[in-house]
Amino acid sequence: MIELENLSVNLRTFRLESLSLRIAPGEFFMIVGPSGAGKTILLESIAGLRSLAGGRVRIRGIDVTPLPPERRNVALVYQEYALFPHMNVERNIRWGLRFAALPDDAHVHRLVDLLKLKPLLGRSPETLSGGEQQRVALARALAVKPSVLLLDEPLSALDPSFREELRDYLAEINRGGMTLVMVSHDFGEVLSLGNRVAVISDGVLQQVGDVRSVFRAPANRSVAEFVGMKNLFPASIRGTAAVTEGGATLLLGKAAASGERLLGIRPEDVVIGAEHPGDCRNAFQGKVVSIVPRGMAFEVIMRTDSGMRITAQVLSSALLSGGVAVGGDYWASFSPDSVHVL
Amino acid sequence: MPRSLRERLFMLSIGSFLLLYILWPLGGLFLRADWSLVASASHDGEVLSALWRSIWTAAAATGVIALFGTPLAYFLARQSFRGKSILEAIIDVPIMIPHTVAGIAVLMAFSPKAPAGALLTSMGFSPVNSNLGVILACMFVSIPFYVDAARDAFYSVSPRTEKVARTLGASFPHVFFRISLPLARKGLISGLIMSWARGVSEFGAIVIIAYHPMVAPTLIYDRFATFGLKYSTPVAVQLILVCLGMFVVLRILAAGKRKEDAEI
Repeated sequence: MIELENLSVNLRTFRLESLSLRIAPGEFFMIVGPSGAGKTILLESIAGLRSLAGGRVRIRGIDVTPLPPERRNVALVYQEYALFPHMNVERNIRWGLRFAALPDDAHVHRLVDLLKLKPLLGRSPETLSGGEQQRVALARALAVKPSVLLLDEPLSALDPSFREELRDYLAEINRGGMTLVMVSHDFGEVLSLGNRVAVISDGVLQQVGDVRSVFRAPANRSVAEFVGMKNLFPASIRGTAAVTEGGATLLLGKAAASGERLLGIRPEDVVIGAEHPGDCRNAFQGKVVSIVPRGMAFEVIMRTDSGMRITAQVLSSALLSGGVAVGGDYWASFSPDSVHVL
Repeated sequence: MPRSLRERLFMLSIGSFLLLYILWPLGGLFLRADWSLVASASHDGEVLSALWRSIWTAAAATGVIALFGTPLAYFLARQSFRGKSILEAIIDVPIMIPHTVAGIAVLMAFSPKAPAGALLTSMGFSPVNSNLGVILACMFVSIPFYVDAARDAFYSVSPRTEKVARTLGASFPHVFFRISLPLARKGLISGLIMSWARGVSEFGAIVIIAYHPMVAPTLIYDRFATFGLKYSTPVAVQLILVCLGMFVVLRILAAGKRKEDAEI
């Protein structure tokens, strides 16, 4: 559906470097990365809103690189909605139809029904809530029947309740066959919506793949840090064992190529307990140095006797019943299968 | 009284010095004017024609400025580049130089001996001592008032709104006329008013290039120099009344939703 070939953008303060990607028809494709990574610039380049320093953009097999945005049939929805404030909701939604070869009124009516916009049609955008404005922006974009819908953090500015509702709409639109490319900085959003994900940082594509595999097995340190893999240890590997700089030996689930590598363990995979877990083959004793609340869970940070700083994610209930406290001696354990070699 | 109101009133009490500074002299002009002379001035053909000339030449100058200044303002609002501040400073030069100097510069550029002036003269338009001369002088001094206001107006239009419009199928001119211009409307109108008002009140530059035909400020000066304060005041009062009237009407028309902005 979308093919990016060595796409490069050169702005005075930022460069997007030779980026290549393929997005399949009907895919819900996510683009993630820290702020300033170049995600919005990438979307705008696909839409034709940025001039390229090099590379090509193909949509449905057609090279659209020389085409202006209005001839690419790619719609774009921004985080801040960008509704036309001088028009009411209905005129906003219908605005693009005047340029369509065959304006499809029935399609617009279906969108108005799907996104529950009928009661809002006569309203001015500034009187709407954030969630309503974003639904209008979606309807306006979809009304022109784009071949691809580009979404730039469409949920970030919304209240949690609106966010969930809109997430459902997006999933529904994707089920209808629309290809969606969405920028996000929230990995929870990526896990719940995306098929595949591209991680970008500093204008460079770091990793592309199935959402879950990127989450479980990040390709390098910057991706690992971005996807929340907080336990990263440089280690030298021999077969199914790895020795950290502090001398601790970790067992791996499967043999990896020997050499100096980075080990990654997700904090959700680490269990904290007062006793040695017995059957678990990676267990380290140490002191809890801090406990940080993170929404529904806590992050327990332990320093082991071998000098490793291990972060574990523990549910609030487990923390309370287990009686873990700062300063106490505990065991941090994880299975060999949850040790990833980057 | 709520504290926030008290704080704001305190600021107003300091700032009201400037309001008084404007209203006191103008009020004095009205109070001390001989109203029988003001009434007779409103039948004086010379006064009426000077007033009318001030109004329409300033409007013509503003029209030309809007035609060329709107694209320039849009460019300045959307494009950042090296040397942009120099370009913006050039636009503001007419504010900074004495208006008589502006008049001399315009006169030299458009005198029949200069290429531009020779061209206009050969086409039958005389830039010196003519309505055209008045318009040329007005344009020079009014440019910054429109271009700066228009640039700020375009700044306030989100580029993303324009980008979305492009992706919906609209070409650049379509987006400019249907999205950017209507959204910048308030600021653009305000710029037009300021530019026009500057033109109506211009004296220094106009008097150098076109003492005749007389515009209202020139006539006021002329009456002051020839007959003294008593006979220049009625024309001044007439000019203030006409300009203030138009200014207020245009402001009200352009104001739109200013009230809501102040609520924040």
